Amino acid sequence: MKKALKIVVLAKQVPDTRNVGKDAMTPEGTVNRAALPAIFNPEDLNALEMALALKDRTEGSTVHILSMGPLRAADIIRDAMFRGADGGYLLTDRKFAGSDTLATSYALSCALRKIQPDVIVAGRQAIDGDTAQVGPQVAEKLGWPQVTYAEELLEIRENSVVIKRRLEHGTEIVESPLPMVMTVNGSAAECRPQNARRVMKYKYARTRTELESCDDALISGMVAAKEYLQIVELSAADVDPDEQQLGLVGSPTKVKKIENVVFQAKEAKKLTAADADIESLMVELIASHTLG
Amino acid sequence: MANFFLDNKDLQYHLSHPLMRKIVELKERGFAEKDLYDYAPRNFEDAMDSYRRVMEIAGGVCGDVIAANAEEVDHEGPKVVDDHVVYAAGTQRNLEAVIKAGLSGLTLPRKYDGLNFPLLCFVMTNEMVARADAGFENIWGLQDCAETLNEFASEELKQKYLPWVSAGATCAMDLTEPDAGSDLGAVMLRATWSEERGTWLLNGVKRFITNGDGDISLVLARTEEGTTDARGLSMLVYDKRDGGVKVRRIENKLGIKGSPTCELVFTDAPAQLVGDRKMGLIKYVMSLMNAARLGIGAQSVGLCEAAYREALKYANERAQFGKNIIKFAAISEMLSNMKAKTQGVRALLYETTRFVEIYKQYTHISHERPLEGEERQEMKYYNKLADGFTPLLKLFSSEYANQMAYDAIQIHGGSGFMKDYACERLYRDARIMNIYEGTSQLQVVAAINHVTKGTYLEQIRRYEEMEHADAVKPLVERLVALRAKYEEAIAHVEEIEKQTPGFKEFHARRLVEMAGYLAITHLLALQAKDSDEYRVSAEIYGKLASAKIEEAWSYVMASTAGDVALFKTIESETLC
Repeated sequence: MKKALKIVVLAKQVPDTRNVGKDAMTPEGTVNRAALPAIFNPEDLNALEMALALKDRTEGSTVHILSMGPLRAADIIRDAMFRGADGGYLLTDRKFAGSDTLATSYALSCALRKIQPDVIVAGRQAIDGDTAQVGPQVAEKLGWPQVTYAEELLEIRENSVVIKRRLEHGTEIVESPLPMVMTVNGSAAECRPQNARRVMKYKYARTRTELESCDDALISGMVAAKEYLQIVELSAADVDPDEQQLGLVGSPTKVKKIENVVFQAKEAKKLTAADADIESLMVELIASHTLG
Repeated sequence: MANFFLDNKDLQYHLSHPLMRKIVELKERGFAEKDLYDYAPRNFEDAMDSYRRVMEIAGGVCGDVIAANAEEVDHEGPKVVDDHVVYAAGTQRNLEAVIKAGLSGLTLPRKYDGLNFPLLCFVMTNEMVARADAGFENIWGLQDCAETLNEFASEELKQKYLPWVSAGATCAMDLTEPDAGSDLGAVMLRATWSEERGTWLLNGVKRFITNGDGDISLVLARTEEGTTDARGLSMLVYDKRDGGVKVRRIENKLGIKGSPTCELVFTDAPAQLVGDRKMGLIKYVMSLMNAARLGIGAQSVGLCEAAYREALKYANERAQFGKNIIKFAAISEMLSNMKAKTQGVRALLYETTRFVEIYKQYTHISHERPLEGEERQEMKYYNKLADGFTPLLKLFSSEYANQMAYDAIQIHGGSGFMKDYACERLYRDARIMNIYEGTSQLQVVAAINHVTKGTYLEQIRRYEEMEHADAVKPLVERLVALRAKYEEAIAHVEEIEKQTPGFKEFHARRLVEMAGYLAITHLLALQAKDSDEYRVSAEIYGKLASAKIEEAWSYVMASTAGDVALFKTIESETLC
């Protein structure tokens, strides 16, 4: 009998950068969040599936989502519950605004110290930032072992897990003691769909703030009566952080300049394979600082 | 990331029909289960919200999984391994997705782990699945067999089988035999009671059985030794886990190739009796067939939708003579007609579904308590409409599926004849729809009684009296005039029939189709008050319908008693 695990999935609500329309960027070159639908970060869905597979194979285990973001990020927590998660935590506070990866992983690690999971599963990276830093940084802050690029859960042992990693030129099989952090690659199993019965069961799940602005007495009554409908809302104060490490103050990353690069087909140039042509191209690229 | 519910406004429209309030009330009986099950609705809005959400899940599974697998499944098909069916890999993935999404047991009561959704939602999933892959729709749609068990089987059998269906078990209805196709009264598969084993044992052969190796099979068998007609037939249920049935072969078909059509050999296969002996064909198969015809209606509408979309897409992409071919009048007219026909038969599909649904719900309630006078009246009213509209729907939708698959290829031109485009699969898949579960010719036989009884006429008059948008009032006036022609044609036929039996049979299809054209145009005209798009479809369909009704009218009115004999001369024809 495998021991029951407390599993937490780190998930982020992101703008859907995969279906970019012409108004996706503002004239200033930043992402126009209003024009892009907010979605569950795709690799976080792979992470959720990995967590649910782990839960399926260890009786009594639970899966909870932890997401840091604005109030509307509760949508992805509900989505996860529709797919199989037992519940979730929304880490939300104005003090987190402007966080880079360091401040984000710090805030998450503070919350995780409170939650005390056995396994933390995160997506490899988010499609809006593409840094792949938050998962590994969380592991470092907690001092836990980490397995990145996880693709498949091969074995669950008494106090460890065996995982296949997807690397550039092949795969690697590693064993990690518990507790541990893994970040899951997009090549891992796709997440299971929302389940009809779960959707009906969990559709009224609400955070505290959502409940305060809810004017439907039937819904607020139900949420109050049923614990499984309560999404835990955590503020900065709830997770005892060092405030200097939060939000913009705690973020050493400074954006220096944003450039809008537009490729124009007419700039295309035809070159032959002759040495002279290649040489002149190299000179040109070095002069324009494209190379070197 | 395609979603066959969210990308189809017409479907969403039909889900929000005003009669849904009545349907939900009948289905949920005062929301009595709201505290018993954590997924039961608390009120009408809650129920409707759940329906929409679950239709969205189904639409996602159809768009992302089933449609994506369709081509591969069509090529690979199922095979027989060790006397059993092995589905194509894509079919297996489809089934897993449907089960994970929790869509099985959609209409079954919650006490059997079902979702207790209205039939309308099930029909809607059938339509979406068929749009994705008509062959897989058969496997999905056959879970409707569970409704027959729910209606007629003992509590013990329900406890055994229904939760299994809710967990994803697949079903089959084993009716046809080599010598019993449309004439099911000739079924010979034997069921004999074994004292020793305490069970019925089935022996014989079934042919053309869709999903014949499903987990649960409803089998029409002869329990009364020495009989040769329908009165000796009973309905039994067979559990695949008990063994005794071998799949001898899978038919090599023109279309719906992912759906295994099996020849089955029963050798002492144990089975339990469903309901009463000798009522197999007379009562239970009739109920099963009506449900199956509604299912084929949904399948056909799904195929119409798929064909229309393929054609529209291609017409917008393909350029000839310097412009996209949709700009040519010949193409835009075809596409306009395709759209109007699709919306028209869809309107007929959900209208029929609502009739069937209300009537069925009253039947279920009548098993729990005696119905009150008004309820009994209503049940009778909807029963008649359901019986009349079901064959009309099956006839029109399956013929349209074929017409539209044909047009979709025509719009694709030479490319449509190649295996590179989905339209060739649609063309092959559509071909069975006006054949199985009763050919179009048999639908006419069922429908002509309702021409005679006035079921259609009464309903058409009701449509005339309903509230219409100003924009379609001229169309409705035209429909009133056409309805008079329909009545005139019926009167002419009835008059000659008195002296010349067979005259009505000869004109049956023309009369039934006149009723269908009137009903469909009316439904679209009524929808015009909700959207201008429906006004456009009503006008376009009205033009087609009007020409068809005039054509039928002139044929019938010019026809004399001698025509019956005229068309019988072919009977003495021999090929030399």
